[in-house]
Amino acid sequence: MTSVFSAVLQRDLTVALRQRGTLVHHLMFFVLVVALFPLGTNTDGTVLVAVAPALIWMGVLLSVLLSLNDLFKADHEYGMLTQYLIADEPLAIIVAAKVLAYWLTSGAIFVITGPVLVLMLGVPVAALPVMIAALALGTPVLAMIGAIGSALTLSLPRAGLLLSLLIFPLYVPVLIFGAGAMRAAIVGLPVAGALYVLGALCLLAVTLAPWVIAAALRVGLDT
Amino acid sequence: MTGTGFKRWFHRFGSLPYFYDVSARWAVWLAVPAVVLIGYALVAGLFVVPPDYQQGDVFRIIYIHVPSAWLSLFGYTAMAVAGVVALVWRLKIAEIFIVAAAPVGASFTFLALVTGAIWGEPTWGTYWVWDARLTSELILLFLYLGVIALHQAIESPRTAARACALLSIVGVINVPIIHYSVVWWTTLHQGSTVSLTGGSKMDADMLWPLLAGALGFTFLFGWLTLWGMRVQLLWRERRSRWVMKRITHG
Repeated sequence: MTSVFSAVLQRDLTVALRQRGTLVHHLMFFVLVVALFPLGTNTDGTVLVAVAPALIWMGVLLSVLLSLNDLFKADHEYGMLTQYLIADEPLAIIVAAKVLAYWLTSGAIFVITGPVLVLMLGVPVAALPVMIAALALGTPVLAMIGAIGSALTLSLPRAGLLLSLLIFPLYVPVLIFGAGAMRAAIVGLPVAGALYVLGALCLLAVTLAPWVIAAALRVGLDT
Repeated sequence: MTGTGFKRWFHRFGSLPYFYDVSARWAVWLAVPAVVLIGYALVAGLFVVPPDYQQGDVFRIIYIHVPSAWLSLFGYTAMAVAGVVALVWRLKIAEIFIVAAAPVGASFTFLALVTGAIWGEPTWGTYWVWDARLTSELILLFLYLGVIALHQAIESPRTAARACALLSIVGVINVPIIHYSVVWWTTLHQGSTVSLTGGSKMDADMLWPLLAGALGFTFLFGWLTLWGMRVQLLWRERRSRWVMKRITHG
């Protein structure tokens, strides 16, 4: 069971790292969304600091939405997914490895670049550890829930808009607590509560979602 | 009910022509109480009940608003329960229920939001506040719309229904989380702007029509959903002989 987990993880990481272009595109998209926003406001720093948490999370949500389309697509087209479905190993384990690989190559980007971007928006350096923690705890939830939607819409030709309708309402708690922790950190309020809730959401998603994703794949591929 | 009796009932219930025939009779048993109870609630609520000492006649919209809000939650929960039944026991009727209940539930959610906005303007001075209840209700509407959109997007009816079943189960786990996160979010901002209970207990004269309305709306929900299910059933099985027989012979 652990061997299949690490095998799938290794394979997906290798594939992702050999398609560096895609990784860079997602990074560029995220940076552009955040970087264009100030151009629509004035250069007054207070406005940007106030909206920085919301802006970062909107950038993350949109980038996740874009990249989620491809999560199972290539495996589906090459027939790899069918092999996963009929494999002896539990599908949930395989799926968990896939989502972990996906998170390492996308969610981790936000965790690294997010703090740099909020510094550009004028957020004090003291708030950065909380930002990183919030992103590190929140993005796995986004990846897990998003994978459910991605699996459900797998065989549909243009799933992008539908996917956003399916998963964005489910992202509300992460958005609220993720941005809430950042806002609290900026004004110096206690942040532990929000981070604990984010951690709880993260645990809930990591433990339950793989089974739901596996079921969704079986439904989506009609087996 | 004995074990074998239950089994027989279960299998008969799983038979689609049987369900189609029986549901026509059930519809009457849902429609009559719905009409009577909603009729009583509206007449009593609009004409008999005295005006509220603070809000005057404006409060009478409560007789539509609260039952709609109740059904928005009830409908989604029922869909999730049917979702479990559909995925575990593969009961086709449960699949069809989800598909038929989603638009009805979405309509009640929409109605709750609209009546809330109409009610909010004269009493709070604004159509919309980012209050915990309002925001959760709005997100609930999006959850309903997601189920409807997913169903429309997938061509094969069985796959579509089972995908919707899964989505409504995921959604129902999230509804309380979403609600409490929104509560947390609003309390961080400011104290709760509005409280629907308002601390003041409702008088029994006002309460009875409200309960009747809620119950009547529930029957209405069942009635509408049942008709939706019948239509779904005919469409799904349109190529089968039993549908042909029933349509040609009335």
